[in-house]
Amino acid sequence: MSQVQVERGTRASRIFSVAAIAVLLGLVALPWWGGPGDMRLVAEMSYYLALAMLWNLLAGYAGLVSVGQQAFVGLGAYAFFYLTSALGVHVYGAMALAGPFAGIISIPVAFAVFRLRGHYFAIGTWVVAEIFSLGASLIEELGAGSGMSLTPAIVHQVSANRDGRETIEYWMSLGICAVIFAVVYVILRSRQGLALTAIRDSEPASGSLGVNVFRTKLFIYVATATCTGMVGSLIFLQKLRLSPEAGFSVNDWTVVVIFMVVVGGIGTIEGPIIGMLIYILLRELFSDFGSLYLILMGVIAVAIMLKAPGGVWGLISARYDLHLFPVSRRLMRGDTAVTPDQSENSRNLNSRPTKHTVQ
Amino acid sequence: MSLLSTQGLSAFYGDFQALFGIDVSVEEGETIAIIGANGAGKSTFLRAVAGALATRPEMVEYDGQPIGQRTPHELVRLGIAMVPEGRRLFPSLTVEENLALGGYCSRPGPWSLERVYALFPALKELRNLPAPSLSGGQQQMAAIGRALMCNPRLLLCDELSLGLAPVVIQNIYDCLGAITAEGTTVIIVEQDINRAIEASSRFYCFQEGRIGLTATKEGFDREAITAAYFGL
Amino acid sequence: MEWINILVQGCLLGGLYGLFAIGLSLSFGIMRLVNIAHGDLIVLSAYVALIVVEFTGLDPISGLLVILPTMFLFGYALQRGLLNFTLEGGLLPPLLVTFGISVIIQNGLLLGFGAYTHRLKLGAIETQSIVFPGDMAVGVFPLITFGVAVLSIGGLQLLFYKTTLGRAFRAVSDDADTAELLGINKRHLFALAMAIAMAFTALAAVLFAIRTNFDPGAGPIRLILAFEAVIIGGLGNMWGTLVGGIVLGIAQAVGAALSPTWQILAGHLAFIVILIIRPSGLFPRTRD
Repeated sequence: MSQVQVERGTRASRIFSVAAIAVLLGLVALPWWGGPGDMRLVAEMSYYLALAMLWNLLAGYAGLVSVGQQAFVGLGAYAFFYLTSALGVHVYGAMALAGPFAGIISIPVAFAVFRLRGHYFAIGTWVVAEIFSLGASLIEELGAGSGMSLTPAIVHQVSANRDGRETIEYWMSLGICAVIFAVVYVILRSRQGLALTAIRDSEPASGSLGVNVFRTKLFIYVATATCTGMVGSLIFLQKLRLSPEAGFSVNDWTVVVIFMVVVGGIGTIEGPIIGMLIYILLRELFSDFGSLYLILMGVIAVAIMLKAPGGVWGLISARYDLHLFPVSRRLMRGDTAVTPDQSENSRNLNSRPTKHTVQ
Repeated sequence: MSLLSTQGLSAFYGDFQALFGIDVSVEEGETIAIIGANGAGKSTFLRAVAGALATRPEMVEYDGQPIGQRTPHELVRLGIAMVPEGRRLFPSLTVEENLALGGYCSRPGPWSLERVYALFPALKELRNLPAPSLSGGQQQMAAIGRALMCNPRLLLCDELSLGLAPVVIQNIYDCLGAITAEGTTVIIVEQDINRAIEASSRFYCFQEGRIGLTATKEGFDREAITAAYFGL
Repeated sequence: MEWINILVQGCLLGGLYGLFAIGLSLSFGIMRLVNIAHGDLIVLSAYVALIVVEFTGLDPISGLLVILPTMFLFGYALQRGLLNFTLEGGLLPPLLVTFGISVIIQNGLLLGFGAYTHRLKLGAIETQSIVFPGDMAVGVFPLITFGVAVLSIGGLQLLFYKTTLGRAFRAVSDDADTAELLGINKRHLFALAMAIAMAFTALAAVLFAIRTNFDPGAGPIRLILAFEAVIIGGLGNMWGTLVGGIVLGIAQAVGAALSPTWQILAGHLAFIVILIIRPSGLFPRTRD
């Protein structure tokens, strides 16, 4: 019997990595071949992708379906604005601190909301976000209901001239997206990631095998909160104005993100990318139709959830057995897989009805 | 014509095949047993008959009709009732409420609350207690009573003896006589071979989703059964 | 006397919150479905009431004769036609589908009615009050709302514990598959449960819409209030939900007394505090 080995990559993923690197280089060079509108769009795509990947990690892998991540977007943004405006911290320093600030706040939040399960956890996280939003609107030092603006002096810390600033902020967006992508990817390939999949599939079972469920979930929750806070500071650095409704907006930072992940394919790495592209495409095509367009999005999300719970990527990868970002481990004997390729990670979330083999 | 007959019955849990082409038939008024080790497919078979597991319509025929695709609640109306494995009384309901629920579909027949209490006098005293507070044996009686309240033509009993003491099991099997006296057809699934054979006129032995052996109460060979049971 | 006033106002407000929570409780209790669109369904019902009142010329209360059956049927169709299909797949489908429905409803209402606020008009009774000894004025309408809440929950308890249908609901809630084996059509019963939930939701909506301005975006906060009432009271216990609503109402009344802008936040904070000290709520049933 020939040797059986554990392997990670697939041929498709190797081809894909090459293509991806090419695209990435092209994007980095965008300031030279594109205009400010293009950079703004790609920057927006980057930070939405970052938020989507983080939500996917939290909900799709750790099973913590939060409808309140906007709390950390707002917390990061407010930390950034307060540090720069009221405390005179340099822009880059403030950005570096915004994420950890959100992360620290997320710890007591976790202790509160982890007491809830499932759907109740979801709504609980939303309530927490509302608390922060209302709180911000009542604090004078944060501009209360009208919010805060970044002064030109602060903005010039990035770059004195507008083109320079737009270019730098654009690269920051790409960079942060890449960093978060790397963080998510590393987590998923690590033992923590394996623990996550186990927890997602069965909490009691994984607990009995020694996986510290609470600590793993806490770690993921805090990690995503930190990264989300960092993205929040980036977003509002570019928007220049921050108010409680904008910073803690459930529509902007949660509804859209959930749409992206669900339509793209929850619980997969490729999913958020596809979902983000689909969202942006639909928006560019239809946003003129206002509410109708949003209704369309809602209908698409409902349809996907009912008919193709694995999202668009789920359909594609099932059809063509494609894995571009290999995370799971496969047994190889020589050139062929030993076990039939395990069903997509995403399938497990909508697990088969638990009709155990009753005999 | 048999009351129930399965033809090439195959059943799946997702990708896992639990039954491979089972052919079983039961005449009206008969009591048959299905025996076999754990994992042999006995409960799966009952569930397929009761409609809890979807199969192709023609694989299960009841009273001449293909019923493989029907839902369980439709089949209750046609006269198929099940005493599920593990009793599965409703914990939020009292004993009497559990029994009364059997009468939900109002099929005409000999069974009523009074007659169930006559058959299981112990239940009458316990009628207003919440179901979980009963002992295993009492719960089993209540589960049977609940199924009887559906006034079934075909009663499916899944592992009546599971987790019960021998004396209690004897009690329960003694009551089967009163049930079959009404002309009810019964299929018993049991791990306890002796009980099963004693209570039935014919039996099938399942093994890994297939029929290993079928025999009548009188003419069977102990050794052949053991071999079929364990797949030796 | 100031404090007693706060208590009473909060208590009566709690009646409305308890009413809001009935629909959420029912659908979770029977189907294990937490309906993220619940708040938006309240608002949708208010708009339906608006249309009915416009078309028939009836006042909102008499209009209930049309509104309740309409929303009852709507709830049945929604569950049977859509939500039933989300129940088998685990945690995500019901949550995300109801989330999608929430978005659809909010934007549909925006499209149909614009972003303006509306209110249902009932007349003088909206602002009448009874003066109790000690010079305390209590609004008639809040009193009526509270009474309706008590009657509704009482009626539902009767339904669940004294009728065959109620027994079937409890059985389906315990173990839907075994209930099917006894002849209960679970798909139909789930739909019926949602229909009843929708009827009470519509009732709550009408009472709410008479006293408060509403607009298409008013849904999410209603969901949160209903949810807080349920969690504070404890899952699985409808009277507990009413008490939860009262606790929430009193917390809000206290907050409002300090400063009007603190009202909602005070409620949220009370919710979080209770969540931390008594996570299973004030009167939990052990079964979930």
